Amino acid sequence: MTTNTPAVDVQTTQPKAPRENYLNCTTSFKSWALTLDHKRIGLMYLIGTSLAFLAGGVFALLVRLHLWEPEGMLFSNPTYNQIFTLHGAFMVFLFVIPAIPGSLGNIVMPLMVGAKDVALPKLNLLSFYLWVIGAVMAVAAIVMGGFDTGWTFYAPYSLYTDQAVVTIGLAIFVLGFSSIFTGLNFIVTVHKLRAPGMTWFRMPLFVWAIYATAILQVLATPVLGITVLLVAFERLYNVGIFDPRLGGDPVLFEHFFWFYSHPAVYIMVLPAFGIISELVTVHSRKPLFGYKLIAFSSIAIAIISFLVWGHHMFTSGQSTYAMFAFSFLTFFVAIPTAIKEFSWVATVWKGSVALNSPMLYTLAFLIIFAIGGLTGVILGALNVDLHLHDTYFVVAHFHYVMMGSIALAFFAGLHHWWPKMFGIMYNEFQAKIACALIFIGFNATFLPQFVMGSRGMPRRYATYVPEYADYHKASTIGAMILGTGVALMVFYLVASLFIRKKAKQNQWGGVTLDWMCPTPPPHLNFDEEPQVVHEVYDYTTLDYETLQRDCD
Amino acid sequence: MSHDDHHGVMIPAPGPEFVAHEVAHHFSTPVQEFQAGKLGFWLFLATEILLFGGLFAAYFYFHEVFPETFRVGGQQLDWRLGALNTSVLLLSSWTMAMGVRSAQTSQKSKTMIYLVLTVLGALGFMVIKFIEYSAKNEHGLIVFSELFSGYDEVTGQVAWFKDYHGVMKDVAHGHMFFAIYLTMTAIHGLHVIIGAIAIIYVLYGTSKGRYHAGYYLPVDLAGLYWHLVDLIWIFLFPLLYLVP
Repeated sequence: MTTNTPAVDVQTTQPKAPRENYLNCTTSFKSWALTLDHKRIGLMYLIGTSLAFLAGGVFALLVRLHLWEPEGMLFSNPTYNQIFTLHGAFMVFLFVIPAIPGSLGNIVMPLMVGAKDVALPKLNLLSFYLWVIGAVMAVAAIVMGGFDTGWTFYAPYSLYTDQAVVTIGLAIFVLGFSSIFTGLNFIVTVHKLRAPGMTWFRMPLFVWAIYATAILQVLATPVLGITVLLVAFERLYNVGIFDPRLGGDPVLFEHFFWFYSHPAVYIMVLPAFGIISELVTVHSRKPLFGYKLIAFSSIAIAIISFLVWGHHMFTSGQSTYAMFAFSFLTFFVAIPTAIKEFSWVATVWKGSVALNSPMLYTLAFLIIFAIGGLTGVILGALNVDLHLHDTYFVVAHFHYVMMGSIALAFFAGLHHWWPKMFGIMYNEFQAKIACALIFIGFNATFLPQFVMGSRGMPRRYATYVPEYADYHKASTIGAMILGTGVALMVFYLVASLFIRKKAKQNQWGGVTLDWMCPTPPPHLNFDEEPQVVHEVYDYTTLDYETLQRDCD
Repeated sequence: MSHDDHHGVMIPAPGPEFVAHEVAHHFSTPVQEFQAGKLGFWLFLATEILLFGGLFAAYFYFHEVFPETFRVGGQQLDWRLGALNTSVLLLSSWTMAMGVRSAQTSQKSKTMIYLVLTVLGALGFMVIKFIEYSAKNEHGLIVFSELFSGYDEVTGQVAWFKDYHGVMKDVAHGHMFFAIYLTMTAIHGLHVIIGAIAIIYVLYGTSKGRYHAGYYLPVDLAGLYWHLVDLIWIFLFPLLYLVP
């Protein structure tokens, strides 16, 4: 196959035999394991991060089950500490950070800018294998006795505990470089590989979001790298930087950690915003309201995110003036974020809304993210945070953003691009049921946590006073519903691979380049180099024939 | 792969001792390939600087908290050896720059000579660094054989910090300066080694005639990396040896 052949008129000249695409062009194990094709690497990321998500989800359900009884139902206290640490570390470092850029970003972003691949395909493969090595090291750390520091690895406890902190620390260092290389690759791709006519303001907003994310990945992650490395060194040869016994300063660890980990929150959430921006316009079949505002708000969030890390440390011992500044700056995050939320709602307004399963997940996101975002503003207020710090209120806020917003946006994107990736459709009815279960289960899990948190239930405790039992029981029941919904989703998505119900060429009626190339895309994405002549999200250009025609 | 029939843009070899370069399949033009490689590498260098940024932040913070420790600790380092190493690295940066220039002008043997000289510079730097570390080892300021032997809860002493001559006995947390010195210079030394390996790799490619006026990107990138290694040392030298 060459890129220079003119596009073949598929309908008239091709017999029923399936067209060559990136899935079937080569089949050997080596052609997958050493592939440089961004779509195959994206699929491998999708499988890997999904497994990490399921493992993290099982840990979460174990945590919730344990908390059914005030005295704790399942584990000893040290084991409980390990289980919630595993839940956090797996979800944050193996799923939420790499999932959307690694899988959907990898598969869709080069299609959207009209490129044949990412700019540095070998580096892309290296990123994936670094992720695998990091995951293997994380599992090795569990085998070596686990770790019980919480996913934040706060010094000095992380320096003194007798568990496998060095191994998991180095795992996170490796995972960090996986993330850095992905970000670096995407920045170069967006700058250098856009198709002719694809100007910056014709780029779909998913690309803008991935680009803003990539900037954060490159600029913030190295600081996490050196931080976990220093924790490992501290344990190996007592550097003393974070160890108060040796003149070190544990608060310095917190500054280092949050200097990365606050921007990291936006590394996680910006790609989710990007997915939602795409989906509201496609499923409302209406140009996005405030395109440029959403694009610039991603960049604004990326910049502001570097200035607010101290709001995680209001009780850690900073100067009062620093706390004022950090609290004040935190409110600025709300402005670009609200611009996005309002623009999405305005896009749906008077649109031709199709309540497909991706759109249902999107609407669920809009509701949940409004709650998650606003509770963030509450926590950003210095005096309120002093009261709510380290309670379930923070846990609930965090999960409304991480699980309720990011994971739901990931599910939405997965349902949206599933027919594009595989050329097959899942069972829509089951998808809608699963979406409802996830939405109900999620809110049932975390709404009670807001209440018990505001009444003083501290996070991370293995046992609690009986007054909180009802909230915990409600939360655990919610988690079971949520778990059922996710299990159903996994079931019908996997089942669709065997049932093989053909998707349409353009399943939802998108007009961005990812829907312009054949479904599933060929190895080099486009039959001929695309020339972009229309503005983005111009639905007058939609070819309705492609909505009816089965994919190749 | 079944895509062997795909041929991208070719950059012809300028002479018989060189080989032509095939532009990777996903680039339309050689310029696009060159610029993508350059941009990606500059971003990578930015992450390296940020990685060291954490160490520099720790240095400045503890310099502020324990100024006496850093003053006395810095006096234990031999500024003459430090200055010699600075000269070695600066010279090797010059030979590297000349190597890149020679590759750009398709002067194969000249490129090889300059790259070999640069690798020798890296080697020289590591030898001098080894001499310095040995001196610290001898004076008990960094006892390498006990580096991982931990911390004594009773005496409050770190096993690798013995201070045989008691030079640090009057200052608080004397080991801190040497811990930071060791961490910064060891990570820098690791970068010297990685840089040397990268240069040896492009040296091999040069001997095969892969790099010439039409395509010299890998030599250019190895050069950029080597200049970064030099640049970081230019900050480390005054901070550790001279400022105290």
